[in-house]
Amino acid sequence: MTAPPELFASDPSSRVRPVHDEFHGDLLEVSMGPHHPSTHGVFRMNVTLDGETVVKLKPVLGYLHRNHEKIGEKASYLGSLPFTDRLDYFCSMTNSWAYALAVEKLTGQAVPERAEYLRVILAELTRLINHTCLAGFLLQDGGASGTPLMYAFREREKILDLFESLSGSRMMCNYQRFGGCRVDPSPAWLEGAQRVTDGYGAFLDEFESLLTGNEILMARTQGIGRLAPALAVSAGVTGPMLRASGVDYDLRKVDGYGIYPRFAFRIPLGDHGDTYDRYMIRILEMRESIGILRQALRDIPGGPCLDPGAKLRGLRPKAGEAYARIEGPKGEIGFYLISDGSPSPYRYRVRPPSFINLTLLEDLCLGHTVADAVVILGSIDIVLGEVDR
Amino acid sequence: MLGTGLLHGLKVTAKNLVGSFHDPARYVTTEYPEVKAPQPENARSFPFLVSESAADPMGTMRCVACQICEKECPPQCIYIEKSKDKKPGPDGRMQLYPAVFDIDISVCMSCQICVEVCPFDAIRMDQIFEIATTERFSALLFDREKLAKPNAYYHQLHPTEAAEVDARRQAAEAKTRAKAAKPASVQPPTAPGAKAQNPPGNAP
Repeated sequence: MTAPPELFASDPSSRVRPVHDEFHGDLLEVSMGPHHPSTHGVFRMNVTLDGETVVKLKPVLGYLHRNHEKIGEKASYLGSLPFTDRLDYFCSMTNSWAYALAVEKLTGQAVPERAEYLRVILAELTRLINHTCLAGFLLQDGGASGTPLMYAFREREKILDLFESLSGSRMMCNYQRFGGCRVDPSPAWLEGAQRVTDGYGAFLDEFESLLTGNEILMARTQGIGRLAPALAVSAGVTGPMLRASGVDYDLRKVDGYGIYPRFAFRIPLGDHGDTYDRYMIRILEMRESIGILRQALRDIPGGPCLDPGAKLRGLRPKAGEAYARIEGPKGEIGFYLISDGSPSPYRYRVRPPSFINLTLLEDLCLGHTVADAVVILGSIDIVLGEVDR
Repeated sequence: MLGTGLLHGLKVTAKNLVGSFHDPARYVTTEYPEVKAPQPENARSFPFLVSESAADPMGTMRCVACQICEKECPPQCIYIEKSKDKKPGPDGRMQLYPAVFDIDISVCMSCQICVEVCPFDAIRMDQIFEIATTERFSALLFDREKLAKPNAYYHQLHPTEAAEVDARRQAAEAKTRAKAAKPASVQPPTAPGAKAQNPPGNAP
């Protein structure tokens, strides 16, 4: 759990120069965003600078607030499902899986075997999409203008084509249901998924030879934005960001939800918790995802993909509460539902990974330059649709 | 050696640049307005209403104005007003029809919930996407004239799904007709028969 102390001995705030003396003058307050290409959407940070060093950083949220949770309390259980796609719009499949899981827990609905496999396949494809794009965006923030991002989007497009031919929509899939999945994939679709899986390793090799050994990338990311494991745990950080700090916590192993215990895969861990580790952890996770995909596509059984007795419309679960969480690509995404027996939940709460990971932004950025703050923000992997909800 | 990683990266970029001229795996863009990427069968954009015949789309609309889709629509973009009178449906029984059926396309989020909850297979997803307009209000409020499209169009968009729906509907219709024919042979025509004298297709 705790990393060797010498790795985290240097306190970043010690690098802050003394201010208000005769040489350095006053602090400068800069408002970055909400419309700034580096802030991944409409995110604003009020940065206080001493020279070029960040001494204070205050995130300003809420520009994309859409009342998601209140809508969830007004809409029916089925009607909330398409809205969950719009939380983290890169990972609609995992968002709706987490929500479907919460409702299934509430009603005690069983899921057929084939749907469990499909969910794993789609979740791992989503992880590939998310991590590939994250790597592209992170490098864009680091100054690699365009090239890695376009390569990432080229590969992402192949998976989005799969999603479109299966669910009808590229990003807003609306595919998971309480008790399974909406459309049964054809054998041709599974072959297509197999093709994408087989080709992805070669793409990752190419992507890594473009970037991983790149001296500029290393200089921009190594030792930048170090996150101590103890701080990460106490702040509730989850996902690749936590594992990059060396904490072995992955819900796929810890909870073993769905059918994940059946697959053999490893959890990559970082040593330093810096931005470079956060980048590398995603590349390594993608390689593990490819392994899971191979196993799932090999073992997927036949049968129905939606429980024929599943009730979708006019669902009225018994009074009670349920919290279901899964390991989304960005971290633990959970849904908490309280039912009072009416057709819509009494309370509908989302536990968004991006938002909780973002709370550490100031701690990571203190003592670094403005340009580093942009790279650190990129490595946290936020999507504003989920942060603001 | 310092700089080796950079050179490796440049090699990859050069490979992709050269490959984009001859390798289809590296040249993946579509020249959109001239060339359109084919849409998969499941692709969906906005809802439309299925009519049996292209000649009389208003008279042969499957929709019976049950308003389930209006209630279930997550962004609440459907507005339906029931008709005052009835017209004969495809299975010969009298049914209501929507006097007003509006979908605000600018609100619709293409989620397909209306399609899934419809018990009459009356609303299905279209694949149109080039509907940009400078008219902000009326052009994006689709009324029933604009929404009604023939069953043949549905077959063209989603052939597998449409064939399944047709088979299911025909089986159900045959059942209803058989059921309706039996009591008619025993009893003389009474009040329900009087309604059927309405000539078909006289819907306003």
